[in-house]
Amino acid sequence: MTQERHSYLDEPYGLKAWLLTRDHKRIAMLYLVSITFFFMLGGLFAAGIRLELLTPKGDIWTADTYNKLFSMHGVIMVFFFLVPSIPATLGNFLMPIMCGAKDLAFPRINLLSWYLYVIGGIIALVVLAMGGIDTGWTFYTPYSSLSSNTNVTLAIVGVFVAGFSSILTGFNFIVTVHRMRAPGLTWFRLPLFVWAQYATSLVMILGTPVVAITLTLVAVERSLHLGIFDPKLGGDPVLFQHLFWFYSHPAVYIMILPGMGVVSELVAAMARKAIFGYGFVAASSLAIAILGFLVWGHHLFVSSQSVYAGMVFSIITMLVAVPSAVKTFNWAATLYKGSISWESPTFYIVGFMGLFLIGGLTGLFLATMGLDIALHDTYFVVAHFHYIMVGGAIMAFLGGLHFWWPKMTGRMYNEALAKTSAVLVFVGFNFTFFPQFILGYLGMPRRYYSYPDELQVWNVLSSAGASVLGLGYTLTFCYLVYSLFKGELAPANPWGAKGLEWTTSSPPPTFNFDTDPIVTEPAYDYKPHGTEVTVG
Amino acid sequence: MSSSGHAPITPVGTYIMVFVALLIGTGLTVFAASRDFGALNTPIALGIAVTKASLVCLIFMGVRYNTPLTKVVVVSGLLWLLILFGLGLNDYLTRSWMGVPGR
Amino acid sequence: MADVRQTRAGAVSPVAHASAHAEHAHHPRQQHHFYSMEQQLEASILGMWIFLVTEIMFFGGLFMAYLVYRHMYPLAWTESSHELNVILGGTNTAVLICSSLTMVLAVRSAQIGSRKGQIVNLILTIMLGSTFLVIKYFEYKAKFEHGLVPGPHFDPHELLPNGSLVPLALPQGSQIFFSLYFIMTGIHALHMVVGIGLMLVMLVFAWQGRFTPDYYNPIEVSGLYWHFVDIVWIFLFPLLYLLGYHFGV
Repeated sequence: MTQERHSYLDEPYGLKAWLLTRDHKRIAMLYLVSITFFFMLGGLFAAGIRLELLTPKGDIWTADTYNKLFSMHGVIMVFFFLVPSIPATLGNFLMPIMCGAKDLAFPRINLLSWYLYVIGGIIALVVLAMGGIDTGWTFYTPYSSLSSNTNVTLAIVGVFVAGFSSILTGFNFIVTVHRMRAPGLTWFRLPLFVWAQYATSLVMILGTPVVAITLTLVAVERSLHLGIFDPKLGGDPVLFQHLFWFYSHPAVYIMILPGMGVVSELVAAMARKAIFGYGFVAASSLAIAILGFLVWGHHLFVSSQSVYAGMVFSIITMLVAVPSAVKTFNWAATLYKGSISWESPTFYIVGFMGLFLIGGLTGLFLATMGLDIALHDTYFVVAHFHYIMVGGAIMAFLGGLHFWWPKMTGRMYNEALAKTSAVLVFVGFNFTFFPQFILGYLGMPRRYYSYPDELQVWNVLSSAGASVLGLGYTLTFCYLVYSLFKGELAPANPWGAKGLEWTTSSPPPTFNFDTDPIVTEPAYDYKPHGTEVTVG
Repeated sequence: MSSSGHAPITPVGTYIMVFVALLIGTGLTVFAASRDFGALNTPIALGIAVTKASLVCLIFMGVRYNTPLTKVVVVSGLLWLLILFGLGLNDYLTRSWMGVPGR
Repeated sequence: MADVRQTRAGAVSPVAHASAHAEHAHHPRQQHHFYSMEQQLEASILGMWIFLVTEIMFFGGLFMAYLVYRHMYPLAWTESSHELNVILGGTNTAVLICSSLTMVLAVRSAQIGSRKGQIVNLILTIMLGSTFLVIKYFEYKAKFEHGLVPGPHFDPHELLPNGSLVPLALPQGSQIFFSLYFIMTGIHALHMVVGIGLMLVMLVFAWQGRFTPDYYNPIEVSGLYWHFVDIVWIFLFPLLYLLGYHFGV
């Protein structure tokens, strides 16, 4: 059956219409293309790292090159992939629709944020062409401000610009949620994805400027010799760490909170059940955002930070695990006795829940000061954050991408391939990163390109897993792109899910709704099975 | 009252009064700094600065007529600044408290 | 249509909105995704304040560095601060306060529909802002001449009343003070430059008669930015200039 397509994808037509668009949905797609490019680039660096670590000696790359590989991997994955990933793609697409609005509060600023992201990205590519940086994505002074021979200043400019892009996204979301909700859409009827994005936006607004000024100080010290971190002048490198982690710890919540929002949506839809404890899940998003600002010193346990401050940060760090646990319990309670349909999004969220659990629990090991002294800067830390960032955030992103793919593109992807690659990703991920917990426990330091011979078996396992993981991601990319051209046309609501986005066509028209929505139901208003008329 | 229903228009006189207060505050700050009040010099200077900033914020920037949400935003910004200062200085000011050498 | 609750966004019920729409066309300046001018103005003010919060945190990092190093090097702080020119700094403070007055009068002129008031006050604001930058230039020039710029040429000298330059021995940490001085006042000055640029744009708009009592969002939010830059200076002045003022006055 042919459909009259008058969606946001078709009109207005032409490259210029896309590059000058104010439509949040088009901007979301522009972002999707850009972040996919950077994900692949970051993945290439990861491949370089894992290739080297197949053997105990440093034999493929020089030490300097290896330093550049992990630094570029970190900078690209953190600043150019993870931070914008869900907010700028799924967030941009869904936030106005979930609020029942025609667009975000400031559509032109939304477009500006994409251009800034692209400019930041181009600067990063220039840095790469000029040899990359070798300071680690953490830019610790005084190495970054005084000694490194690489293009630190330019890299900082790129990160600064990309950071400003994320600030603009965050501020747009906050004003939209406060001021542009449809009639009847009270705060407690909002989807939990909106709550999670809102909390993320708070973190973006309050945290990003601090890393902006901190990195600016490093750039100024390098280029103008106005030194404040130089130990010879009395400068304190630990001050850099305080300022850097003031943002970079909340940044990890920028990277995970949207994923948690996606999981809430998918759990409700795939279990056809309202989220258990909606209020608690909503509140926990805010709690994570706020508490997340009070814990940064746990990155400084082995710097010369005072032991007293370490204790304070350690206790609050353990507290911040509580709201995350609340969410995990509530998702599990939602699935319990739910009518679960095992589609590919379900695979991703179940994978998320297990892997995020492991990642989160291992964070508690690191929050314990005594243990951290042994584990700091080992592969245990690397494994911990990859479980959250990759096993958590990226799986949630992929789950959301699959779930909303029909809505955004109007096409269905190949379900069998999707399930296959979900399994490949899950298996590959665990083989890559679980051995790294063991390596960390056995004392292998991070950011080293060589290691004692007896650790080789774990490293080989990890690299083998990385190949499978890469295969899984590649397969996902292939069938999703294929579906754009040959996929079956999607109905308005292929999953039979609740939510304003499913009341409009797939893909939606340019102004989202044919008639302005009025909301009268609570969120996730799933009726008991048997009383519902199936849609799609 | 403008037809958009926005805040009442502040009279010029009020603005001038605030302006004069700000100038007086500046003069006071300089005067107080020229005397040695010991440990009180800093709190005096900061106290005057906070008062001046509040006048600018509430009256010149019109926050007194803004929505409660805007006021929450302003306060949050200041609160977050205090978090940065507070938890940051919590390290520097407690460096010898636990009796661990060098920390 | 039962149970349509009033949202806190002040959303009107669709029935009321539809009839309002039928009565008059949208204001020419109302953007399509907003349903009223009031919503648009509130969104703009909220948006600008959120941006100013990011600016608070941006400068906040610098103030944090200031606090830490002042704690570590109290003597360097007072001695170095003594080298700053309180008269120029104080004058600049007064200049900015005047510019805040003219700024708020410019916005008020828009609120009451006075095109002439907007233009005069915007021009005054721009002139006062530029005066600030000119004074700043002279201050920086003096620092260069006295060897107070950190880096390889840091060679502090003091200007005596009789006009001669003598070497000055400053304690450890003084270079950091001067680095922070230049960075904090420099970034503040950059914000002033942006502010002046904004005001020039507002001047053009005011000249074109764009602002009416119904619509003056751009000048209002630009004013918020300008006042914020003034507030930063209100804190910079005592913290940088006045620490060492009671020595040798």
